[in-house]
Amino acid sequence: MNGVLTLLKWVFRIITAPVWVPFWILWKLGEVTGLNAVIEAIAMSTGFYVVYKNLTRKPLRLSLTMLAIFVAFTIYGTLTAFQNAFDAGVELSADDRLVSVNKINFTQPLPISYVNRVRPMEGVASVTHLNWFGGYYQDPQNVIVTFAVDEGSFFDVYGEDLVMSEEAKAAWLGNRQGLIVGESIARLNGWEVGQRIPLNSNIFSQQDGSSDWDFDIVGIYTGSDPQIDTNSIYFHYKYFNETQSFGGNFIGFMAIKTEDPDLNEAVIKQVDDLFANSPFETETVPEKVFNKGFIEQIGNIRLILSSVVLAAFFIILVIVGNSMVLAVRERTSEIGVLKTLGFTSPRIFRMVLGESFLLSIMSGSLGMLAAMGMIGVVNNAPIQLPTLIMTPDLAIEAFTYMALLGFITGIIPAVNALRLNIITALSRN
Amino acid sequence: MTDETLYSLQKVSKGFVKGKEKITIFDGLDMSIEKGDFLAIMGPSGSGKTTLLNMLGGVDQPTGGEVWFDGSRVDKLSEGNLAKWRANNIGFIFQFYNLMPMLNAAKNVELPLLLTNLNSKQRKKSVEAALELVGLSDRAKHMTNEMSGGQQQRVAIARAIVSDPKLLLCDEPTGDLDRATADEILEMLQLLNREFGKTIVMVTHDPAAAKYAKRTLHLDKGEFVEKDLVA
Repeated sequence: MNGVLTLLKWVFRIITAPVWVPFWILWKLGEVTGLNAVIEAIAMSTGFYVVYKNLTRKPLRLSLTMLAIFVAFTIYGTLTAFQNAFDAGVELSADDRLVSVNKINFTQPLPISYVNRVRPMEGVASVTHLNWFGGYYQDPQNVIVTFAVDEGSFFDVYGEDLVMSEEAKAAWLGNRQGLIVGESIARLNGWEVGQRIPLNSNIFSQQDGSSDWDFDIVGIYTGSDPQIDTNSIYFHYKYFNETQSFGGNFIGFMAIKTEDPDLNEAVIKQVDDLFANSPFETETVPEKVFNKGFIEQIGNIRLILSSVVLAAFFIILVIVGNSMVLAVRERTSEIGVLKTLGFTSPRIFRMVLGESFLLSIMSGSLGMLAAMGMIGVVNNAPIQLPTLIMTPDLAIEAFTYMALLGFITGIIPAVNALRLNIITALSRN
Repeated sequence: MTDETLYSLQKVSKGFVKGKEKITIFDGLDMSIEKGDFLAIMGPSGSGKTTLLNMLGGVDQPTGGEVWFDGSRVDKLSEGNLAKWRANNIGFIFQFYNLMPMLNAAKNVELPLLLTNLNSKQRKKSVEAALELVGLSDRAKHMTNEMSGGQQQRVAIARAIVSDPKLLLCDEPTGDLDRATADEILEMLQLLNREFGKTIVMVTHDPAAAKYAKRTLHLDKGEFVEKDLVA
């Protein structure tokens, strides 16, 4: 039995070596240089040493409690990054950009003639049009967000968000089969500029009956903000319009850039009034509203993610709270001794609370580091997902939750320790 | 009360309520401890020895009377001030050592010094001196659970004297030790009293232990029944 346990210990040590070996090396270096003694003296002066030693006195319990917090913060960090990425679709929408779709449903088309009627309107800076292509690459499962767009006006409306060199833009304008691709989707499919690729549509077909179009990749764009989704690709509407077997001269929707966000309401009114009572009435909304509505069609992602995170936090609250109460109760007589030696009750209170803070922040930080690792894995995974980012706001929010967790789980044992009567405490010896 | 009086209890009473019953432990107890005294307090279980020791140590407050320590009244101190007073004036030695198991011997001894203004170098020096005095210099870095009972009690003594308190309070300090080890500990207390002038109050059941003290008081039902038995 002992042999098996020893073997398991060594297996555990070897598996976790990447985590502890750097710390072990640092510790040994500290011993050689005398730095450890200095740190120890400072820690002792501040009382941190006693707090740390109390926390680490039961390694198995500490490991299990830390694991619970670690897992909860890994889930929190990763899922919140997902949530932020989805929210970014709304938050990063330009304030001065409107989307005008068919009033019946955004899947219904609009006549292309609408674009020229909107362009001269007062308050409109530029307007472009986009058409959902329903594209996929090689495999129908490998759906690519593909739009047929007006190449001449596309960057007038989206140029602030999508960044591409002037050479690439010129190359795109000069090549009817030119395709510009986002860096995420290019990386995912291994696409490079100069490559010729076929794309199929699950909606449209060409006049010769085939559903595959050939394109030349002429540019790879990036987002002006790291969270701008670069999973979309764009090609010339003219190429699409001339080759498709049906639906010619119709577009999916118009994207309108206004001269000032304050003019949005006026422009919306002008557009929708102009096409009112026509066979193709429009519904024009700010891009933020459109994107929000689009994301909400998938489901209330925020609610789903928040529920998972809340459940994880509730569980650790119970586990860690229980563990802290138990740990402090076991040390009742020691707390009594400290008080007898002259440690004041508020000082003991701070020490117990400090212990739960330390536990929460140590484990939570490791969890957030793991979440960063997960985010890296997800961003490099061969799946189309929005770019996840561990933003400073998210890190600050996480530290706030760690502090809150430390406070909630530590406050009851800390108050118990504060109120503990010395005689009662010593009698439990 | 003279200049040589370290501790004075005047008409001290102590009682508590248990259910509907009012229990009196002390009722008008008078007691005086001179500086440099080594006093043993003996008595049967329930006689009030530990309660008296707790009151002397400022961990329990009397319900009546006055308690004076080195010219200052201490029974009216707030909890916080009483804690500071304990840290500055009292060293405690318990029957079961009451050391912190997660700290090594030196760190255990250093604990009371965290309540002083000494810097880490000064603390280290004091800890080394205290451990040397109890003969444990070579065990400073050892964890206390690796030590024998006698060694642990010596660490506890070092902890009690490290901040140079005026009074050492010992609650059955040899109650958990064999005779030979108990004698070593008692000789050490005697040394602290004789050579370093420490005032010591020791509660014990053991008459052999009491013989190491300069005098013994017998407590029974909250009263001293025989005083200055041993000169």
